Amino acid sequence: MIDSITVCGGMDKAGRPEVIQTLDIRKGRIYSIVGFTGSGKSQLIGDIEQLAQNDTVTGRKILIDGKVPDYSMRFNPDVKLVAQLSQNMNFVLEMTVREFLLLHAECRGGVRRESLVDEVLECVNSLAGEPVGPDDILTRLSGGQSRALMIADVAVISSSPVILIDEIENAGIDRQKAMDLLTCQGKFVLIVTHDPLLALMGSRRIVMENGGMTAVLDITEEEQKAGVVLSAYSEKIFAAQTRIRSGKSLSAFDLEILHQEVVV
Amino acid sequence: MKRMKVIVVAGPPASGKTSVMVHSIRAMQRFGMTPAVVKIDCLATEDDAAYASVGVPVAVGLSEDICPDHYYVVNLEEMTQWGKSVGADVLIIETAGLCHRCAPGIDRALSVCVVDCRSSIKIPKKIGPVLTTSDVIILAKGDSVSQAEREVFHARLRNINPGADIIEANGLTGAGSEHVARVFTEKFEAADLVGSRLRHPMPTAICSYCMGEIRVGNAFQQGAVYKMSFPENTGGAL
Repeated sequence: MIDSITVCGGMDKAGRPEVIQTLDIRKGRIYSIVGFTGSGKSQLIGDIEQLAQNDTVTGRKILIDGKVPDYSMRFNPDVKLVAQLSQNMNFVLEMTVREFLLLHAECRGGVRRESLVDEVLECVNSLAGEPVGPDDILTRLSGGQSRALMIADVAVISSSPVILIDEIENAGIDRQKAMDLLTCQGKFVLIVTHDPLLALMGSRRIVMENGGMTAVLDITEEEQKAGVVLSAYSEKIFAAQTRIRSGKSLSAFDLEILHQEVVV
Repeated sequence: MKRMKVIVVAGPPASGKTSVMVHSIRAMQRFGMTPAVVKIDCLATEDDAAYASVGVPVAVGLSEDICPDHYYVVNLEEMTQWGKSVGADVLIIETAGLCHRCAPGIDRALSVCVVDCRSSIKIPKKIGPVLTTSDVIILAKGDSVSQAEREVFHARLRNINPGADIIEANGLTGAGSEHVARVFTEKFEAADLVGSRLRHPMPTAICSYCMGEIRVGNAFQQGAVYKMSFPENTGGAL
């Protein structure tokens, strides 16, 4: 087991040393990564995923328990330190969902058992709209279905101490439920997000600009309260979304609810 | 004269061979090596400019009307002589990457295959010999697929060629290139290739069309002409 991850700062896109030169990531906390598009958020988690050693565009260095990770930790495919949910919305492999999940479980050192497929699919179908079945072809799944399957795969099959999540909110899936599935106790969790609600789920926020880390903010008491208010608003929006998506009309009653102040 | 290690790089077109190699050459230079590059292509290439940008001597061979893999093998001795003449201790030969009936690997040279993560899961079977005869398989463009798919693809390759080093490398960001360079530096000794053998024979290309015939039809075909066999009429209505 690992106890700490340290990101040693590199260069931003202008080639200047980034403002934050040392970032200690601790177990059991959620770190959110925020910033405008193109600010380098995905690259930061990419560096962590590869345990970069001065050999990526940013020149960052990642230390595990304060030390340079050894060669096998970086390159042995059987050492799976990180489970990553990237921004990809589509699968490219032509195989059935069932075959894919069984193969991936094998890659992750598990055994081929059919009940695993059911377990993952139950998870998938709690997140997405139209259900996904075991004989569906991966490449024919919709963006949202693919995303839900990737999330369920990370949650059920990829048991790694480090969880990296890149924009979970972008496919019309239930983000709160997805976050609950992905973030369990005792792991290192980093999430890249544009969603204020998800950003405030983190106890620390890493701010990115022009490719570099420019600030690390601890969540304040006001922000925690703001998170609760946002979550109540978000539930209202989600309820309206669910009605509209399921082909229903919004009634005067629905409108009234939307007008009401949120109760926190 | 000092000995030179030869690295033969193959892989489907647009799989990322040049981009990954350019990053890896930078890393090899950091490790104190002096590479030179030969790029084989058919009609035209701009890859020499990419290689020249990292300051290595580069030569281009265009096969034009001839199969590029045949062209590569008949020029091998000259290529190694050139590499030595420019003072290289490693010669990287990037092949054209076309039909993949051939595998350009040679016994005494390090054989490398670059595959695109986004290509079909069936690709390992389709490009057979070039994968099975490789010492190093580089999995490129991994950033464009999910981690789970990358792992499944990786496992499939390992299954097909259990002895090879399989390395994930990214031609855009350079991630993985240091690992590639390390394997390139450590695997295989420098050796003289004359008298060494191809790992897989090249096809017998001796029909009329190899000689420039362009007319279509049985009357114009001579030499080694192999005909397809078709399924028996299964009685389906036409």
